[in-house]
Amino acid sequence: MGKSKKKRSIIRFTVLFAIVCAIGYTIYANAASKQGAVKVGEPATNFALVDLEQERFELGQNKGKGVFINFWGTFCEPCEREMPYIENAYEQYKDEVEMIAVNVDEAPLTVQSFINRHGLTFPVAIDERREVTRAYGIGPLPATILVDEHGIVQKVHTGAMTEEMVHEFFQSIVPDA
Amino acid sequence: MNEQTHVCECGHKNKEGTEMCAACGKPLTEKARTEGVNMRYEGAAIRSKKRKVTVLDRIWGFFSSVKVGVWIIVLLLLASGVGTIFPQNNYISGEPEVFYEQEYGIFGLFYYKLGLHELYSSWWYIALIVALGISIIVASIDRGVPLYKALKSQRVTRHKHFMTRQRLFSKTAIAPSEAERAIAEAAERLKQKRYRIRVENGNVLAEKNRFARWGPYVNHLGLILFLIGCLLRYIPGMYVDTQMWVREGEQSPIPETDGYFIENRGFKLELYDENDERFQDAFASSNAVVPETFETDAVLYKRQESGIVGESGELEQVQEKKIRVNDPLKFDSFSLYQMDYRLNELHEMTFTLEHKDTGDTFGELTVNLLNPEEFYDLGDGYAVELADYYPDFHINNNKEPATRSSVPNNPYFVFKMYTPDTPDGETSMVGIQQNLEPLGENKYKMTFVDVDLVNVSILTVRKDLTMPLLIAGGSIFIIGLIQGSYWAHRRVWLQQVGGEVWIAGHTNRNWLSFKREIDDALEGNALTAPVDQEEEAESRSEGA
Repeated sequence: MGKSKKKRSIIRFTVLFAIVCAIGYTIYANAASKQGAVKVGEPATNFALVDLEQERFELGQNKGKGVFINFWGTFCEPCEREMPYIENAYEQYKDEVEMIAVNVDEAPLTVQSFINRHGLTFPVAIDERREVTRAYGIGPLPATILVDEHGIVQKVHTGAMTEEMVHEFFQSIVPDA
Repeated sequence: MNEQTHVCECGHKNKEGTEMCAACGKPLTEKARTEGVNMRYEGAAIRSKKRKVTVLDRIWGFFSSVKVGVWIIVLLLLASGVGTIFPQNNYISGEPEVFYEQEYGIFGLFYYKLGLHELYSSWWYIALIVALGISIIVASIDRGVPLYKALKSQRVTRHKHFMTRQRLFSKTAIAPSEAERAIAEAAERLKQKRYRIRVENGNVLAEKNRFARWGPYVNHLGLILFLIGCLLRYIPGMYVDTQMWVREGEQSPIPETDGYFIENRGFKLELYDENDERFQDAFASSNAVVPETFETDAVLYKRQESGIVGESGELEQVQEKKIRVNDPLKFDSFSLYQMDYRLNELHEMTFTLEHKDTGDTFGELTVNLLNPEEFYDLGDGYAVELADYYPDFHINNNKEPATRSSVPNNPYFVFKMYTPDTPDGETSMVGIQQNLEPLGENKYKMTFVDVDLVNVSILTVRKDLTMPLLIAGGSIFIIGLIQGSYWAHRRVWLQQVGGEVWIAGHTNRNWLSFKREIDDALEGNALTAPVDQEEEAESRSEGA
């Protein structure tokens, strides 16, 4: 076996392999970043908001309970449609599952009147600077994120939910024991 | 299989596939003997041109092909051109599904359907760029390394065949004693022309500007660095180019940054003087106002380390700056550029409570359209409650009042007016140019008094850590270009063959000035200046 031929093969392989690795890493890093902060199976980014009752809600303080996070706006009709389903499900699961409805930067008065109109009892907070919305990479509304009792994201759902889905989602993050 | 080597009669070991001996220039193949060799690579065995054996060799061979490289470049140019037919996705306003068809008809629809609206981030475009990168690297190694070795191992004394094959060539019959002196004199003259002289057995090799041969490879190196820079832009954190809107008086988080906020303390727009005679032509050609300058009085804040997303926490003021066009606010590796603006966005509306019959008014109230208060006490038992508020009013599909967004484009208010007259309250729905009384005839009404407008500053958030690499790559590219274009690699061989002195010359460009240089060096010398054999052949064929 020619020594120089072997050497040459090694050089060629190394060069091509290095290029493939560099490109592979770039694609991987790019794809990973596009998923935003919410990746199913990974810890949910901690955030804190003050709700309309002036209660501070911090995601990280809810270990041991499932958390149902709903991003919405009064201008979004599908959001409005699913609110009664969420209200019913919340009533049923509120001992085992925490929830927060994150309004995407609207006037408190508009939000409050919406809440009164629909008789909502679950905590609603306004993401005034859309910081949480951005950190969670939320695009079209509504969007729902399910976090389990260990703080791990279980599901990311974009779009409207049916009444069954809402119940199923709440049920899915009820802590096991 | 054994690596075949071909030992030349001069003793140099050449690799299989070598067309001519790297040391003495003897042709080693039948083709080289009859047709001559391609001097660009000194007849060295181009690595990929050898028998392809493994998959690795095949891939290597594919990318090292100049033909493939040219194809990749042509395809890239075509694709890049197609991407400029219609604006790309990030430069349009509105939904792409609708936009392209609406603006450009059926071609726009095809453009969108084929994904050409995101061409530069499409997988196949990136694949082409990557292929170009691989092609450059592989071809450079494939040709550059053998060329380097061939030039390094070249000897002074060349094979007769090599000499006669050169484009510039001459033979002079001269006595051996004269020959020595003539050669030495020519060498001395060439040395004065900054040739490096090597002497061996009375034969001379004069060479200069060999480095010009590395120009294309330096050029490729620059290109590769540039492409790496482009590739790095896809890695998160390396490159950011996005927009943000900040209203006057507001504080907004800066996208893509970790806990930075910007406050807009005021936006200022200066227009060119409409009455200035100098500008009249320019005004005539533009329908809109012509801004001279615009700037945002900005304050940059950073959230304390421990801050949690969503909570503003403790904000620390970092810097204050007036952001002007081309004068960005810089922090960390980010720059905030003044990009655009929206003037006169609704901010506050002022109303008064008026008795419909008498026209008497009872105090004023000002509603902030982004964050309205609920209750307004006007004193003396008069008060107004804002029962509901729709910033961007419309009637939705359920025939109910609703808002389209949180932007106050079309504010609509539901007021409850309490007066000593009407302690239970009267309801009035007020919109722009609208005043409804849904629950029956009222005694009082809300009368619009004034509106306060604010400006919105539009900033571009930019970060580019790849810039140094792009600049370095670009500079090296240019250096390579200059190196290869402004200098020429020139070699002159002077050799004693039998009772003659043979002179051969080779360069990679600019033959005429090379020939003149040799002529000059041989002036007054007994040796015959070499003639251009190509020209000779041409004139011969023309004469025939």
